[in-house]
Amino acid sequence: MASIELDHIRHSYGARPKSPSDYALKEVHYTFADGGAYALLGPSGCGKTTLLNIISGLLQPSEGRLLFDGRDVTHLATEARNIAQVFQFPVVYDTMTVFDNLAFPLRNRGVAESEVRRRVHEIIDMIDLGALADSKAQRLTADSKQKIALGRGLVRSDVNAILFDEPLTVIDPHMKWMLRSQLKHLHRRVGFTMIYVTHDQTEALTFADRVVVMYEGEIVQIGTPEELFERPRHTFVGYFIGSPGMNLLPVEVEGRVARLDGLAIDLPAAVAIPPGARAELGIRPEFVRVGREGFPATITKIEDVGRHRIVRATLGGREIAAIVPEDAEIPSDPRVSFEPRGINVYADSWRVETEAGL
Amino acid sequence: MNKTWNNRAWFMVLPVLMLVAFNAIIPLMTVVNYSVQETFGNNLFFFEGVKWYQEVLNSPRFHAALFRQFAFTGLILLIEIPLGVAVALAMPRSGPWVSVCLVLMALPLLIPWNVVGAMWNIFALPDIGLLGYGINALGIEYNFTRQPGAAWFTVVLMDVWHWTSLVVLLAYAGLRSIPDAYYQAARIDSASAWSVFRYIQLPKMRRVLTIAVLLRFMDSFMVYTEPFVLTGGGPGNATTFLSIDLVKAALGEFNLGIAAAMSIIYFLMTLLVCWVFYTLMTRGEEQ
Repeated sequence: MASIELDHIRHSYGARPKSPSDYALKEVHYTFADGGAYALLGPSGCGKTTLLNIISGLLQPSEGRLLFDGRDVTHLATEARNIAQVFQFPVVYDTMTVFDNLAFPLRNRGVAESEVRRRVHEIIDMIDLGALADSKAQRLTADSKQKIALGRGLVRSDVNAILFDEPLTVIDPHMKWMLRSQLKHLHRRVGFTMIYVTHDQTEALTFADRVVVMYEGEIVQIGTPEELFERPRHTFVGYFIGSPGMNLLPVEVEGRVARLDGLAIDLPAAVAIPPGARAELGIRPEFVRVGREGFPATITKIEDVGRHRIVRATLGGREIAAIVPEDAEIPSDPRVSFEPRGINVYADSWRVETEAGL
Repeated sequence: MNKTWNNRAWFMVLPVLMLVAFNAIIPLMTVVNYSVQETFGNNLFFFEGVKWYQEVLNSPRFHAALFRQFAFTGLILLIEIPLGVAVALAMPRSGPWVSVCLVLMALPLLIPWNVVGAMWNIFALPDIGLLGYGINALGIEYNFTRQPGAAWFTVVLMDVWHWTSLVVLLAYAGLRSIPDAYYQAARIDSASAWSVFRYIQLPKMRRVLTIAVLLRFMDSFMVYTEPFVLTGGGPGNATTFLSIDLVKAALGEFNLGIAAAMSIIYFLMTLLVCWVFYTLMTRGEEQ
């Protein structure tokens, strides 16, 4: 177990990066605390896997240093870093039995055979493959194979960190949920530092204490699931997290009023937009009210998703989504209002902080 | 649904049938025909049943040729398969040298077989050939036209030179198909180079190696041109393999019955060994 410090790490797959866009990973400077459960969340190609491979040593960063518990490991080989990593597609040793697959990382490190048996039996029960312990890994289904790969990641008791690279992609939904809760449970019990890469927000938000949202090679926000939901620092976070994502309306801000196509929306506090910056008002559909008060809007569509309804409307020439309770009445002359605590203002996609601390 | 039955459609198959008949069935049946009859001049034939088969199977000459054949095939498989795998492992996985290596590897395969024989014949001549002269210069007496050992050495070396490339190319294709994640996982698991080979590379190469062994088995079991040009089956009968013996019986001695029976036995043996081998190698793979 160790804290993992990323000291101004940058990475480019090309030999001679010139502009910032040549970097697959733009400057990342962050410390993963010892024993934390983190999720790296972002769309495909945002640099999550690159960052993970830098931590495990499968990639050498172009610039910057990597420290485990303050010790510089930037140039240390993967084998010497004592890291476990589980990959997106199942990697099993086909010719070995399930038991031998799980024992492999331990035996390679010269762990005593009695200890190997104890650890493997513990893990094999956890991933529920006890009945198949002596069968060849080759004949198993894809999700059983991935369970073996997960098991191989968890079997060592002395690792600095366990890294997961979208490990549940090939697993069926029911099993996914079960494995995720087992991982969470395991994390609480043994307290390894765990970093979990995913593009699935549900996975990230349920697994992690802190979620690191990445976008185009940069960390755009690090926070608890609540922070990401209520105060997205970047419009990308607002759009990427939540279903549907945050509404973004281009506005002109004057003190405590935001103007959208002739409508004046009151802001909870005065904000200062830098001159020339593009201002946007962001509000999650959860904070949009549809009723008899507010601005007149035209409803284009109502989607019933079970627990609630999603109302799609046009407001001041812009599409806007609202979440309303299943039993709420929608008047024939609908009006839309915003809950002040859900309002965020963005300048050039980054959130503008207000004095009120909101 | 109305199905239209029109048996005249069978005529469509006729061209293929003709082709197969002319290039496979008719020649094969001619051989079967010869193998059960005594043939005299003026197209006089007498039915003999299995007499020729009994004669071939009891002949010490056939046993000796068969033994030499298995020794040769076994030897070149034992050398070419491990050597091919080793070379494939040593080849670069990416970069500009990949194409250079591949072209170099493919070169021996592009040379006509009789040219290979002629090349090695000259190359190995003790007085003017580079190889022959070189070995003699080292103080080792070497003359493949006189010493059976030297003849075997040269024939095997020639086959290894000519055909190891095939194994290399197949093994390399197998290696390239292994996803990077396997090597990454092996590094995470602290696997040694030997473990990577034993548990990742070898299992993943199993299919292509099956094909390599089969191809090399069949080709070397039926080898004719190269040893014929190099040694002519000699010195004595030292490198007279089955096919060379067969041609001697058929065209040298005009023992048509014996030669035909030998051909059929030869054919069935090749078929049998390939089938047994294929079954063994792919056993338990499809579950």
